[in-house]
Amino acid sequence: MSIDLSQFHQVFFEESFEGLDIMESSLLALDLTEVDAETINSIFRAAHSIKGGAGTFGFMQVSGFTHVVETLLDEIRSGDRDIKQEHVDLFLICVDCLRGLLSDLQAHTEPDMAQADELKAKFEAILAGTEAETENSAETNAVGSASDTPDQTETAGQSADSDVKGWKIEFIPCEDVLCTGNEPYRMFRELQDLAEAESGGSMKVVPHLEKLPEFSEMHPEMCYLSWTIFVYADIELSDIEEIFEWVVDDCDIRYERLTDAGQASDQISDQISDQASDVVVANNEIQVEDKPTEINAELAEIEAEKEVVAETPAAAITSATETEQTAEVESEKIPTKAAKSPTKAAENTSIRVSIDKIDGLINMVGELVITQSMLGQLGQEFDMDRVQRLQEGLGQLEQNTRELQESVMKIRMLPISFAFSRFPRLVRDLSKQLDKEVDLVMIGENTELDKTVMEKIGDPLVHLVRNSLDHGLENAEERTANGKSSNGTITLNAYHHGGNIVIEVKDDGAGLNKERIRNKAIEKGLVSEDETLSDAQVYDLIFQAGFSTADVVSDVSGRGVGMDVVRRNIAELNGSIEVTSKTGEGSTFSIRLPLTLAILDGQLVKVGEEVYIFPLVSIVESIQLEKSMLNNITGNQFVMQLRDDYIPILCLQDVFNTGAEKKDLEGAMLVVVEGDNEKVGIVVDELLGQQQVVIKSLEQNYQKVDSISGATILGDGTVALIVDVSGLNNKPLEKNSDDQTQAA
Amino acid sequence: MATILAVDDSASMRQMVTFTLKGAGYDVEEACDGSEALGIAKTKKFDLVLSDVNMPVMDGIQFVTELRKLGEYKFVPVLMLTTESAGDKKMAGKKAGATGWIVKPFNPEQLLNTIKKVLG
Amino acid sequence: MTSAAQKANNDVVPGSNSDDEQQYLTFIMAGEEYGVDILAVQEIRGWEATTVVPNAPDYIKGVINLRGTIVPIMDLRSRFNLERVEYSPVTVVIILKVETERGERVMGIVVDAVSDVHSISDSDTRNSPELIEDLNTEFIRSLVSVDDNMIILLDVQRLLTIDKKILNIADELTADNESND
Repeated sequence: MSIDLSQFHQVFFEESFEGLDIMESSLLALDLTEVDAETINSIFRAAHSIKGGAGTFGFMQVSGFTHVVETLLDEIRSGDRDIKQEHVDLFLICVDCLRGLLSDLQAHTEPDMAQADELKAKFEAILAGTEAETENSAETNAVGSASDTPDQTETAGQSADSDVKGWKIEFIPCEDVLCTGNEPYRMFRELQDLAEAESGGSMKVVPHLEKLPEFSEMHPEMCYLSWTIFVYADIELSDIEEIFEWVVDDCDIRYERLTDAGQASDQISDQISDQASDVVVANNEIQVEDKPTEINAELAEIEAEKEVVAETPAAAITSATETEQTAEVESEKIPTKAAKSPTKAAENTSIRVSIDKIDGLINMVGELVITQSMLGQLGQEFDMDRVQRLQEGLGQLEQNTRELQESVMKIRMLPISFAFSRFPRLVRDLSKQLDKEVDLVMIGENTELDKTVMEKIGDPLVHLVRNSLDHGLENAEERTANGKSSNGTITLNAYHHGGNIVIEVKDDGAGLNKERIRNKAIEKGLVSEDETLSDAQVYDLIFQAGFSTADVVSDVSGRGVGMDVVRRNIAELNGSIEVTSKTGEGSTFSIRLPLTLAILDGQLVKVGEEVYIFPLVSIVESIQLEKSMLNNITGNQFVMQLRDDYIPILCLQDVFNTGAEKKDLEGAMLVVVEGDNEKVGIVVDELLGQQQVVIKSLEQNYQKVDSISGATILGDGTVALIVDVSGLNNKPLEKNSDDQTQAA
Repeated sequence: MATILAVDDSASMRQMVTFTLKGAGYDVEEACDGSEALGIAKTKKFDLVLSDVNMPVMDGIQFVTELRKLGEYKFVPVLMLTTESAGDKKMAGKKAGATGWIVKPFNPEQLLNTIKKVLG
Repeated sequence: MTSAAQKANNDVVPGSNSDDEQQYLTFIMAGEEYGVDILAVQEIRGWEATTVVPNAPDYIKGVINLRGTIVPIMDLRSRFNLERVEYSPVTVVIILKVETERGERVMGIVVDAVSDVHSISDSDTRNSPELIEDLNTEFIRSLVSVDDNMIILLDVQRLLTIDKKILNIADELTADNESND
């Protein structure tokens, strides 16, 4: 039977990537002045698991590479070697390399071993630095085991005699052999199978009862028997030794070759002379050449013999390694078989959920079922005096549904630590690259958010952190010159606020340079020279496309394609980003994201015959207009003063071309919304209620519509469209010209 | 059919072992470290125990030591799954009371052969 | 003729009777009979009020809620530049579905009435004559004759594609027509 191991590959990859993450964070957390043993252990275990799994599932290149890594880690954890900074750096590079190799394998492409081979060589060099040491210890071990267990098996040299008619085995198990779960009978059975597999093979077992004590003194758990086993078959000694492999150290086992069929040499000769004679038989050539047949020489041979003895277990292993090698050849064929177009490494489409959440869900559903059956029963025998019960039931249903909805949404939520986890490494590498001393503080790692949102917020966060590190933080000299600590600090902070999650990226650097930003904006024509802007407005300019005040476009950031993309990515998640800054003290970027992508708290409005929905988070306030509040700018464009800002006025019916009559703004309902930090006043006919709505895709069967972000289904089954507030902000300028032509 | 307890901190290894053994008709239960395994062993008697060596919380050596203290598990075959080809690790297992070992990496056939030999 | 609408709504066995035969659902519009591959027909509904979608082409009446999915409804007369009519209780909406690169797409088309289901083999169909340079030829797959009636078989994929290019052609043609008049 042959089992297809590829079904386990995905799990192996997933756990290996997790293991690599653990390795990385542990390496970064290592304090070289006070090495924590458990940390080293977990790093070792992670590497060990990857090596083991890679070997088992046929990824021999990974296994081979990880082996050297693991070997060094083993030396470190057993105290044979002190861990140094260069080791940590090397290990971190290995983590990256392994990530690459595993990703390639996961995508069914041939992994590029160039970097791995390079690293492997480096490891081997480090290990070779103490190679003499380890060799010695191996030798002492071998010699030690030989002397510790004088009842070691004697070998008769393997290929010396091809005339083997069989073997005589003296098997004297230690008394407590059974206490390790070993069973002599099992071994005999195996031996018999082996013998009988040869044509004409057979076996005879003779028990010896001499050691059996009186019944009253017998411990039933002890083994007092020993056996002499005659194997009449031409089998290799190594095969027999393999059967006794597990008990060889606890038991006295002696082998004797049977030279004539049925004839056994009954001598139980002195062990040393036996060994010497066997050595003579085996090492014929060498013996004749060099050594005189003196006791000294024989003792030297015995020393050599002991090493041979120590090597015998290796013989059993060679068969294992042989299978390994054939497996290697086979598995190496697998990567090259990828004739099909290499698929992108599959995005993780599974999620780990805590049992509690599942149990909570099951409870909710249970309650829902109860409510449903109650209402069902009510419905069957209904009359008007049961109205109250009906209303109670409906109220119950509403609560059940709401709780169920919350529970289900929570399933998709994961702690933001998953997104934050990459930053220690990132900050470390970047600070090295930029030659700045940086501390990273992460707060609120347990704050939960939707898995998909988290995956998409990763890149924007990286950009912000890079930006802060590169442009925000000053180098050590400058900082100390300004009376600051030489270490800059980047703080990542996540917390829930309202129905949203807020993520802050904060640095205690130089802050945003207002002048530079303003000048750049003027240069790019975004702002006119004489325009007065509030600080907030200036800072907001950095989110414009193509904006970058970096003097030098560094590799890290400063290419000017960053901030606007960041804002757009966040907007796609129905979120927003803003920045506050204080010169000399630092900047804070605040990202606000909804907790889920599927549901929205909405404000319903009526425009003509249609109902539209505004996301509640985008609404600043709603007021009833009076003409006196308005100022006419050009022709039909109106603005209104709202505290510090002048905000443009838009009629939704115009944006959506409903064809309705021009609206009289006196007494009209105005909804002030904010998107992308820009405020707009939207004129609607009527404000309807507020409710939570499920966002449905308009694009799936239709297409993207300007200023509409999606659709929803109202309680009466009809469709209502959800307004895209940031899309609206681009409208005023366009609408201007249209309005004028229409009016004409 | 015989029952087997498989202990390994690697999910992919556990899956592979369980699949292989179940396919051959054995009943298999899993644990991801020595501590969990010990807990399971205390409530149920298995015919064979397979255990990895390097695991968090409680490693294989410690697990076997503790397991052998349980009366019911004095004679139950316990096989260590070890990638250590160095003799000393195998010895440590034996010293703790393990029956023997299976060297990683192994393929399903090797695993089944060894199990069959032990359980008969 | 059997009650075609009933037949279409009931279990119509998809697939062909012989190798190159396919089944088509036919419907009437402005006196002409049109046909669509029955495999593309998801269901048939009566007309219900749609929610208007801003800045949509003329022939898109709006969207409806079809068991939780937002489905756009297209007025086929408008799409074919035919004279508009009032919707009546017998006005029918055929819900079609097609496979696109982006996945499955569902859309409804408003027609006058459903006609029948025919098994038509490819070999019986003829190509639409090249002479007619009209927007509509974009949507026409072929013509076929059944019982002395001509049925215009439509390309559902093209039909359901709201292509800006097609919109432009429509604009041009309308402008041409107007200037010709």
